[in-house]
Order: sequence, then structure tokens, then C-alpha cells
Amino acid sequence: MQMTYAEAIRDGLRVELKRDPKVYLAGEDVGPFGGCFGVTAGLFDEFGPKRIVDTPISENFIVGHAVGSSACGLRPVVEVMFDDFITVCFDEFANQAAKVRYMFGGKAKVPMVCLTINGAGVGAAAQHSQSLEALLTHIPGLITVIPSTPADAKGLLIAAIRDDNPVIFYEHKQLLGVSEDVPEGDYTVPIGKADIKREGSDVTIVAWSWMVQKSLAAAEELAKDGISVEVLDPRTLVPLDKEAILKSVGKTGRLVIVQESCKTMGFGSEIAAIVAEEGLDLLNAPIIRVAAPNTPIPFSPVLEQEYIPSVEKIVAAVKSLF
Amino acid sequence: MEFSKEQLFDFYQTMATCRAFESRVSELFAAGKIPGFVHLSLGQEAIAAGVFACVEKDDKCGLHHRSHGEMIAKGGDINKMMAELFGKATGTCKGKGGSMHLADMDMGLLGANGILGAGFAIAAGAAFACRYNETNDITLCLFGDGQSNRGPLHESFNVAALWKLPIVWICENNGFGLSNPVKGHLATDNVSDRAAAYGMPGVTVDGNDVLAVYETTQEAVKRARRGDGPSLLEFKTWRWHGHFEGDPGLYKDPKDQEEWLKKDPIPRLGNMLIKKKYATQEDLDQMKAIGEAKIDAAVKFAEESPWPDASELYTDVYDRQL
Repeated sequence: MQMTYAEAIRDGLRVELKRDPKVYLAGEDVGPFGGCFGVTAGLFDEFGPKRIVDTPISENFIVGHAVGSSACGLRPVVEVMFDDFITVCFDEFANQAAKVRYMFGGKAKVPMVCLTINGAGVGAAAQHSQSLEALLTHIPGLITVIPSTPADAKGLLIAAIRDDNPVIFYEHKQLLGVSEDVPEGDYTVPIGKADIKREGSDVTIVAWSWMVQKSLAAAEELAKDGISVEVLDPRTLVPLDKEAILKSVGKTGRLVIVQESCKTMGFGSEIAAIVAEEGLDLLNAPIIRVAAPNTPIPFSPVLEQEYIPSVEKIVAAVKSLF
Repeated sequence: MEFSKEQLFDFYQTMATCRAFESRVSELFAAGKIPGFVHLSLGQEAIAAGVFACVEKDDKCGLHHRSHGEMIAKGGDINKMMAELFGKATGTCKGKGGSMHLADMDMGLLGANGILGAGFAIAAGAAFACRYNETNDITLCLFGDGQSNRGPLHESFNVAALWKLPIVWICENNGFGLSNPVKGHLATDNVSDRAAAYGMPGVTVDGNDVLAVYETTQEAVKRARRGDGPSLLEFKTWRWHGHFEGDPGLYKDPKDQEEWLKKDPIPRLGNMLIKKKYATQEDLDQMKAIGEAKIDAAVKFAEESPWPDASELYTDVYDRQL
């Protein structure tokens, strides 16, 4: 049925809350208020205060308590309201959730999911707009899921909740209202499997989250000029489906990576490095990264638009390869 | 409170075993047999013995990084603990954690933590799970005076009190946060003074009096089990050794050290046992010998155990090979 990205996430939560009594949701304003962006609207009325738990503004507690409750057999889904706030509770991700299984010799597990939302373009300025998905990909032990479509979002969220590892699940502000046909009921999208969002033969664009949409729009433009673009969405960054990326680059011989975050040390750098190490002979042209500049995100709409990688910039980058 | 002879003997035996373990670890570390950092609790044995006599196997416990004694008092496997300190494959955590990350989930021991202050929220999460699962279990969270200044304490104390979680906060005030004496790091006279800010009972007790530790903890544990919420207990004691082995503790006033050595909790209980004619010196010597024998066996076990296979580096990062 037709669902927005926000509704699809809510539907995924509902499927799991109904299926498994150990699943609960906790975070700031996720209860009667329905979440800062309305994603959890109605769940409190449906599942009650035991399962849908409003917390104080206490990110260390929110994430840390999920480490403890999941180690004791529950399956918490917690929310850190903005990606920017992940930095407030970085220890709980990097030193706790990520390391419990390893430090304790595999005798403990932390099956928790943390929802968060990233992305610029809504005038939220420097501390509510970042896309910091690369930060936690550097820490072994965590899984990073970052869907670009409603159907992927629902299926990946259900897979994330059933996964026995700590998962960080990225929503994007610009995608919440995007709508498509989403399967009803219970289904999963496998973690670690890329999806080709548009097939093409001349150049591969690897993009995730909102940048998939921008890249598809760019592909449409480029088709008019006779350039056939393949758009590959990895959907999860850790684990990364590098075989799919290498296969696509093997087909097209060109690679453009589009990321919304700052260029330096964004996840695109990792993808470029992998292809350089393992697929240099597949390439007919240099790898290009289209990314935001290395600046904080400005408030003024004019400056913010300059910051965000645009369809025009993607088109220009692709054309520069021919 | 009246104590049976058996209870008093149990206290004595636990303290004697903890003392033997820590004394031996000190020697082994000096001899270069134990790698890394070890933080010993010599002089603080009454807290471990008194506190853990109040809880059951299924009760949970969050630890800090001076927690060998607590592991022993909760019933952790001493052989495996020693093997873990050596970094052997038979260790509690297969040699992947070491002294700072000892854990035994089967015993409800949620792990020592190298990040001081991270344990508050994790323990609160365990307490959340105790209640969510509608068990009668409670959670203890042990921490030091130095650790009490971390921010997650505030978040976790507040939420635990707000939600009346079944948890007991237990501060082992051993006089120093590494080199910094309590007067140099704490704005109030006692850590327990902070309890009032969260509307929970707070009490400061002589941490070298095992009977007082037991009585105080017993009351707080009962309160938590009744569903009346958390308490903050502060047990004042003294760390005999440096912060870690190798630290000569030159920041300590020798007079203070001398005074506190006289307050050794083990002869304190031993003298009382003899005075009450519950025990002879021979009985006490025998308990000491039992403790020593357990440590002899543990060292033998650790020394004879194999090193982990190099392939173990790569396991237990996730539940599967990503």
C-alpha cells in the first residue's frame, strides 16, 4: 500500500512491537507527542507506556540504558532525536554498545537499535542538520543502516530490530514525506545488500539516503545527453556490499560517489579507497566524490543550498568524466 | 542486627579470598606475569563481602574497574578470572577483556568498565529490564568517588528515581580519584549528599565495617525489591595501593595511610569473632588458607591454560562474519 517513509518506519515498528514483547521504544518525546518529526505518532495509544517510553533529555542514559537492557534480554529501539546529538553519547556507542560482545568474549550481546535523523535543507543550521553517518562506521561492532526509500526503510528496520548486533538506523528529514508502494505486514530487507535504483552502463553513482534521489534526478538529466547512469544504493554502510559496487564499476568503468556530509573522511572516502585497492583496473577514469564542503552547515537558505550537493553538481561531475 | 556464626564466617571467608586474590595479583603483576593495567581493591574487601551477601544469583550488577573483589563476592569463577588477567583462552572473556572488562553474564555481572561513569546508564538499563520482565530481580551499580563526578551519573540517578527503578547505587569512596583526593574533586562532604537532589535516600557508612555495609545494603535492596525505587549508599574506605599497580601512591599522606591500615576490615571482623568466641585464631587461619589455596589453584589454572589462537582476534566482533 502507499506509504510515506515516516509511515513505513512506523509500520515497521508496529510489526515488531506486535510480534515480540521484548521490543520497546524509548526516547525523547516518542510517546504521546509522537516524535519530533511525527514518526512514532499513535504508537503510544496503541502500545501503552510500558512499550513506548518517553525519556528526559538524557542521551547518555537513552543509549546507555539500551546497552544494559539489551544485554539483559530486551530488544530496545531507542531514538536520539538528531544525528548531531550522537556526539553527546558517543561513548555509549563507541566504547559500550560496539564493544560489549567482543570485550566479554562473545558471552554477551547488545541487540539494540538506535533511530536517528540526519540531513540538511530545512534551515536547522549547524547543530541539527549534519550527516555524521561516517563517524560510527569507524567503530567495529556497530551496524549502520541508512535507507533511501519507504519500502527499504520498513524492511531494513524490521531486519535491524531482529539483528543481534547494535544497529544505528538513519532516517532523513527530506525523505519523511516521500511516498511509494510498501509491502504490508512482515518482511525484511537484508542488511548488507546494495540495491541498484537505476540500471545504466556508462557510469556508476554510489549514493545513499537523500543523495539517492538527487542522483536519480541527475541520471534523468544525463540520459538526455546520452549518458547512461547506474545508481547504486548500498542501503547499509556497515556491512558494505562492496561486491555489488565492484560489479557495477566493472560494468560501467566509471565511479562517482555522492555524499551529503563534508568531503573529508566521509564514507565516500572509504568507498573510493576500496575501489582503488580492489578495482583500479576496472576504472577508465578517476573516481570523483561529490560532497558537501568542509564547513559547518549555515542557516541562511541561500548559503545552505550552496552547501548541499545539488543535481547540477552531480551532473557536472559525471560529465567531467567523458 | 543479629548475625549467625555461619553468616559471619561467610563474610570473613569472602574477605580473606578477595585479599588473597588481590595480593597475589599484585605480586604477579610486579613479576611481569600479568600484562596491562590492574586496579586493586586491597583494603576495600568489606564492601564486596557485605554488599554481595544481600543479593541473589539472578540480581544484576554493574561494576567499575576495581572490581576483582566484587566478582569474587558475587560468585564469579576465580580460575577463569585469573586466566582472564593473564590473557589466556580459558579466561572469563576468552582473554579479550582483561582486568578492566571482566564480566560474567551468567552471574548477572554486567561487566567491569574501563570508561568510568559509563556504568550508571548500563546498570539503569539492567534495572529497567528487571522490571520490564516483571521479575523480582534488582540491580546494583558500584562506582568510585572519582567516577561520581561524571555526567551520566546525573542522567541515570534522575531517571532511576523518576521511574522508581529497582536499583541500588553504591559508591565505594576510597579517598581518591586516581591521585586527586576527595577534597580536591568533590564539592560536597559526601557523595551521598547528592541523593537529596534526586529525592532518594542517601547514607554514608563506614566501608570497613562489613556488618554495617551488609545492614545498609540489605535495607536498600529490600526497598528496591518492594518497588520503592533507588537508594544511594556511600561506603567510606581507603585504597591501600596506588590507583593502578605501579603507582606508588606518593600523593597519599603516610599518616593517613597508617591510620587506615589499622582499620583493616579483616582483623576487625576476626577480632570480633574471637571476642564473641565464635572462632579461634586457628579457624581464622584456616579460612585464610582456604582463600590462598583457591588462588594457588587459580594461578596454576591460568599458567597452564593455552593462549588464544590468533584467529580469535577476528571473532565476536559481530554475531556473524560481516
